[in-house]
Amino acid sequence: MFKDPDFAKKLKNQKSLLLLSIPFVVYVIIFNYAPLVGWLMAFQRYKPRDGLFHSEFIGLENFRFLFRNEDFILCVRNTLAMGIINLFLGTVCPIIFAILLSEFRFNMGKKFVQTISYLPHFLSMIILTGIVFDVLSMENGTINKVLMATGLIDKPVQWLAEPKYFWWIVAFATRWKETGWDSIIYLAAITSINPDLYEAASIDGAGRMRRIWHITLPGLKPTILILLIMNVGNVLNVGFELQYLLGNDLVKSVSETIDIYVLNYGIGKGNYAIGTAAGIFKSLVSIILIVIANTSAKAMGEESLY
Amino acid sequence: MAELTKTLPAHQTGKQRKSEDIGANTKHGIMSRRSKGDMVFDTLNTIFMVIFSIVILYPLLNMVAVSFNDGLDALKGGITLVPRVFTLKNYQTVLGKQSMFAAARTSVLRTVIGTVTSTMVTALLAYILSRKEFLFKKQLSLLYVVTMYVSGGLIPIFIVYKNLGLTNNFLVYILPGMVPAFSMLVLRTYMNGLPDSLAESAMIDGAGHMTIFIKIIFPLCMPVIATVALFTAVGQWNSWFDAMLYNKMDDDLTTLQYELMKLLSSVTNQKTTAESAQHSTATVTPTSIRAAATVITSLPIIILYPFLQRYFVAGLTIGGVKE
Repeated sequence: MFKDPDFAKKLKNQKSLLLLSIPFVVYVIIFNYAPLVGWLMAFQRYKPRDGLFHSEFIGLENFRFLFRNEDFILCVRNTLAMGIINLFLGTVCPIIFAILLSEFRFNMGKKFVQTISYLPHFLSMIILTGIVFDVLSMENGTINKVLMATGLIDKPVQWLAEPKYFWWIVAFATRWKETGWDSIIYLAAITSINPDLYEAASIDGAGRMRRIWHITLPGLKPTILILLIMNVGNVLNVGFELQYLLGNDLVKSVSETIDIYVLNYGIGKGNYAIGTAAGIFKSLVSIILIVIANTSAKAMGEESLY
Repeated sequence: MAELTKTLPAHQTGKQRKSEDIGANTKHGIMSRRSKGDMVFDTLNTIFMVIFSIVILYPLLNMVAVSFNDGLDALKGGITLVPRVFTLKNYQTVLGKQSMFAAARTSVLRTVIGTVTSTMVTALLAYILSRKEFLFKKQLSLLYVVTMYVSGGLIPIFIVYKNLGLTNNFLVYILPGMVPAFSMLVLRTYMNGLPDSLAESAMIDGAGHMTIFIKIIFPLCMPVIATVALFTAVGQWNSWFDAMLYNKMDDDLTTLQYELMKLLSSVTNQKTTAESAQHSTATVTPTSIRAAATVITSLPIIILYPFLQRYFVAGLTIGGVKE
C-alpha cells in the first residue's frame, strides 16, 4: 500500500476522515490496549512504589505460587465445574424450550409464554440474587414450602448454606434468567427450516416426536454448533456476579471462582502481581478452549468461527 | 382456538408468519386429524408451558405483593400474590432515604448520558469504517474487533483507570465501554447496506463527512440505532460492579443497583433486625424494604419492556455480523 504512487494524494483527499478517526485510535489505545501493558506485572515482584518499569523481574514465580496455592486450585475447579454445568444446561434447555414453543398449539398462549420468558433477561443480577434469596429462604421460601407440602422434605432446608447445592443453585438461577432469551436464536433457526419437509414427513406417517428428531434437530445442528463453539470460549467467564453475590462463608469452598480470587487477592489484599497472573491464566485457558473447540468443529467438517 | 385453526389453511389463520409460527405449518395442511400421540404431546406441552410461566412470573409478582405489605406481617409468611396488610410504608421508607435519592439520580444520569454518548460515538466510528475509500478501515476495524476477545483483566484495567483519575469520578460510568466493538459491527453492517449514492451526491453538493453523518446516515440507521441504544441503556441501568469498584467512597456516585446490593447483604442479618424491630413501632423490615427497592429499580425496565422486546429480537436477527 505504501508503494502506491498516489498514496500521498489519497491521504490528502481523506484528511477529514483521518482527523475524525484519530480520537478513536487514541481512545482504544488508552482504554483497551494500555491495560495489556500491565500484564508485565505478572512476571514481576510488583511494587506500586517502583512502578511497572523498575519492579524486580521474577519470571514465572507468581504463576508457581498460584499453582501451589490450594485456594487458587479450588477456584479453578469451581470455575470449571460451574462453567461446564452452565455450558451443558445453557445449550440443552434453550433448544428444548425453543422446540416445545414452536410446537405449542395455542398462538395466543405462545405469544404470552414468549413474552414472559424474555423478561428475566433484562433484570439485573442483583434482582436475580434477591429473588433467589427469597425463593430459597428458610422461613418463607417458596421452594421449602412446596417441598414440605409435597412431603419430599420434613423440615426446611437452608439451601444457601449447604456446599452441595451451590453449583446447582447458580445453574438454575442462570437458566431462570436466560432460557427464554437464549432460545430466540434457535426459534429463528427453526423458522428457516423448509416446511415441505414436515409435510412430507407427515404424509409418510411420521409422528410429532419423529419429526422433531429427524427434521427439527438436524435443521438446528449448524446453529447449535456455532453457539457451542462460542460458549466454550466463555466457559470461564460465567463465574463472577452470581457467585460473588450468592456466596457466603459457609459455601466458600464451592462458590469462589477465578474472578473472585482476582478481586479478593488483587484489589482486596492489594497483591496486584498475583491477581494479574491469575487473570492471565484465565485468558490463556479461554483462548486454548476456543481453539480446541473450533479445530474439532473443523475436523468434523462443520462450520467454524474462523 | 386450536379447533378453529385446524380447519383453516395456514395462510388464512396467520396473517403474518413469524418465527413463532413454524409449528403451525406442520399442523395445518395435509394432516388435519390428530393422532393419540399428538394429543398426549400437546397436553404435556401445555402443562409444561403453564408451569414454566408460573415459575418465571410467581417470584416477580410475589416480590410486588411483599413490597406493598406490612413488613412484620410479611415475616409471618403466607403472602402470595396479593398483599395481606396493605401499606405504602415500604416505598415511603425507600424513597425517603437520602442515599436512594442520590442513587436514583446517578442511575438516571449514567443511563441517559452514557447511552446518548455511546450510541453517537459508536455510530460515528461505524460511519468512518463504512466509507469504502477510507485507507485504514481494515486496520482500525481490527484494532476494535480484537478488544472483543482480549482484555487486560480486572487488575491492569483498575490500575489504568485509577491513574487516569477515574476513581470517585462519574466519568467511570461513561468513558470505559463507550465504543463497544460489537455495536460498532452491527451498525457498520447496516451502513454498508445503504446505497453509496446517498453520501456521494451530498459530497458533490459540498457536504462534509460530519454533515453527511448527522443529516443523512444517522437518521437512516434509526432501527439499528434504537437497538444498540436499548442494549446500552439496559447495560448501564443494570450494572453495579463499577459503582462498587471505583466509586465506593463517594456517596453521591452510588447507583440504584449498588444500593440494592447493599440491601441484599443486610437481609442476611434479617433475623436480628426483625427481632429488634419487634420492640419498636417500625413496620418495615429489610426484606420489605428490599422488595420495594427492587420494584422501583425494575420499573424502568418493565416500562421499556415492549420496546425492548421488539427491538432486541429484531436486533438479534440483524446479527449476521461478519468480520
